[in-house]
Formats: sequence, C-alpha cells, structure tokens
Amino acid sequence: MKAGSRWVDLLSGLSVAMIIAALYLVFLYAPREATMGDVQRIFYFHVSSAWVGFFAFFVTLLAGIGYLRTGERRWDVLGFSSAEIGVTFTAMAVMSGSMWAKPTWNSWWPWRQEPRLVLVTILLLIYLAYFMLRTFVEEAEQRARFAAVYGIVAFASVPLTFMSIRWWQRLHPVVFDRQGAGLTRPMLLTFLFCLLSFTVLYTTLLLHRTRLANLADEVNELAQRLHSGWGGRT
Amino acid sequence: MHFLNKVLAIVWKDVVAELRTKELFSSMFVFALLMIVIFSFSFDLRVERVAEVAPGVLWVTFAFAGTLELNRSLATEVEGARLDGLLLAPMERSTIYFGKMLGNLVFILAIEALMLPIFSAVFDLNLLQPGLLLTVVLGTIGFAAVGTLLSTMAVNTRAREVLLPVLLFPIILPVVLSAVKITAGMLDGQAWIDMAPWLRLLIGFDIIFATVCYMTFDYVVQG
Repeated sequence: MKAGSRWVDLLSGLSVAMIIAALYLVFLYAPREATMGDVQRIFYFHVSSAWVGFFAFFVTLLAGIGYLRTGERRWDVLGFSSAEIGVTFTAMAVMSGSMWAKPTWNSWWPWRQEPRLVLVTILLLIYLAYFMLRTFVEEAEQRARFAAVYGIVAFASVPLTFMSIRWWQRLHPVVFDRQGAGLTRPMLLTFLFCLLSFTVLYTTLLLHRTRLANLADEVNELAQRLHSGWGGRT
Repeated sequence: MHFLNKVLAIVWKDVVAELRTKELFSSMFVFALLMIVIFSFSFDLRVERVAEVAPGVLWVTFAFAGTLELNRSLATEVEGARLDGLLLAPMERSTIYFGKMLGNLVFILAIEALMLPIFSAVFDLNLLQPGLLLTVVLGTIGFAAVGTLLSTMAVNTRAREVLLPVLLFPIILPVVLSAVKITAGMLDGQAWIDMAPWLRLLIGFDIIFATVCYMTFDYVVQG
C-alpha cells in the first residue's frame, strides 16, 4: 500500500468522527435560538457548506493558474476535483438556505432579503457551466486549458457579483439581521467546529477524488495499450 | 507596425467583411427588433408603467443580440480557417484579442445605436440621454471583453453556439445588474450621485475583465 492511501484512510476516519461530533454539537450542545427557534440550527451546516463551496472554487482558481503555468495534468485533476466537490457543497448551501428561509421569511426564495443566497446560486450556475464546458471539449489537453481559463475568469467575477447583488438589495428594507443578534459562546464554538470539520471533510473528499482520477487515467492508459496490442512494460 | 495599427487592421478586416455580406448585421437587427416587439406585446397586457420594466427589457435585448453577434463573429473565423490565418500573422496573440474585442464592440454598439430610437418610440420613453448612452457604452465594453474570450472558447467545442450563453450570462451578471440599475435611475430622474456606486462597479468590471481576458486569451487560442 502506498503511503498516500494511508493518509486518505486516516483523514476519512477523522472526517467521520468530526461530522458525528459536529452533529452532536449542533443538535444537543448548542442552545435553542431565542427568536428563530430550532430552525436556526440549519445555520451551522448551511454556512459551513457555503464556506467549503467558496474555498473549493478558490482552489480551482489556483489550480487553473498552476495548469496554465506548468501544463501538468495533476493541476487539471486538482481543479476539476475541487470544482466537483464545490458544486456539491454549494448545492447543499442553496437547498438548506431555501429551507431556512421558508419559516423565517415565509418564502422559499427570499432574494430581496438575502442577497448571499442569490450569490451562492449564481456560483452554482457558473460551475455547472464549467462542467458543461468540460464535457464539450474532447481533447484532454484543450479541455484542461479551457477549464483553467474559465475557472480563473469565473472566480474573478465573484466579488463583483456579490457587490452588485448586495447593493441591489440595499434599497429594500431588511426584515431582520441574522448576525445582528450575535452568537453566544456555545453557538460560536459549535459554528467554528462545524467549519473545521467541513474543511477536513473537503480535504478528504479532494484526496479521494484526485486519487480516483489518477486511477482512471491509469486504467485508460492500460486499456489503450491493450488495444494497441503492445503489452510490454513501461 | 504599431500595436494600435495592428488592432485597427483586425477591426477593419471585420468591418469590410461585414460590409460585403451584411449577414451579421441584418440578422442581429431583425432579431433585436423582434425581441422589442414581443416584449412590448407581452408586457402591454399587464404592466401599468412601462418605465418599470423597460430597463430590464432593454438590457436583456442587448445581451441576447450581443450573444448572437459574438457567436457569428467567431464562427466565421473558425469556419474558413481564418483564425489560423490570423494566428500566423506576425503579431502577438493578445493583439488579436483586442482586435476581435474592438470589432465585436463596434458591431454591438452599432446595433444598439439603431435600437435605442426604436425602443424609445415603442415604449414611449426618452432613452437618448447622454448619461444613458455612456452607460450603454460602458456596459457593452464589459460584455464584449468577456464575450470575446468565451466565444473563442465556445466555438472550439463540440456544442459550439449553444455553450456561449451558458458560459457568458452568469459571469456578466454584474454588468447587467448595474446597467439596469443606472438605466432605471435615469428614467426615474435620479441624481447622478445616487448612481455613482453602480457606475464605479461598471467601470471596475470593464477594467478587471479586459485585463483578465487579455491575459488568458493566449491560452485559449494556442495549440
């Protein structure tokens, strides 16, 4: 067994333990919020998944720059693996945000009250487009190049999109500010622990995903060698 | 040749080609006209004050017509292997980016210049104000900056034209939002100072994306 896979096993175990601990903290340890009640518990996982989404797309940006500079395949693998995980977590953030909005603002889609939800949805759409772009380019090297460029351009638009959505909403009355109430100490502790465990989970998934991609590359190579009838060792 | 001369040479090439065929211009014009007519019909039934929906309609029309232009402009380059010819020309690839971008900008602006009076008449609003024209120019620069890069990518994929709007629209969202806001503010007769943040955002977007797209264009056309 390679040394790399031992790390993966270790991190997988750690992620499981941390997520279970996070669930305990969220449901049993953290106190009930005064105005919103139990619904507020969505907050811990909701914000953590949004954070992982942002972070994952940032990693895709860095991997894109790395790929354009070096042209090495591993940067491309890192880029799309991270984007995949990012899309999953952003989708979770959008769904949990929408569920939270229903009891709070009595609307599934409170885009006037909550600009951040719109931003996360736009992010999700951008990175879905990223994967569409990947499927429609056949040649691997060109695909990696295009994806790297799109990953860079896409991330550059994020702060501007955020500003524009934020200002758009400023003209409308804010019903109430979520952060305004402030978090008590146990709440803050739970929140920080959730952030940390989601980040560990992201790292674990990223390692698994890149390993899988590398294995798939190996299999492809073997299959090609088999087809060409050249069975020699390399 | 000087950098600017090379850029202008590419723009001139596109303009001459278009003047010969008039393909792009006529289809964009008819398309934009159709959009305005359809919008004016569909809103006529329910909307009391047209000025409330007009900014949105205006920019959606521009974005759709602009997408049509971008697709066509790059598709013709790829079809006749003209892009290869351009790449062989003795100049930096980034020069090609600015040349194509400026060409796209000229075409889209020309269509918009034709559309504004028609739009003003159909929706019975005065859109020919200097501030609004400035907004149109700034918004179109941002649109063409990102659009040129992404359409070069899109025409090199299997999906071709289908892919461009999917790639382009989520990224130019800040341009559309701020342009709509400024247009609406102007139609409501707001003071310039109230729209300053939006104008800054628009200018910031233009500068950031012209730079980012200029730096990455090289990687899209190589290989």
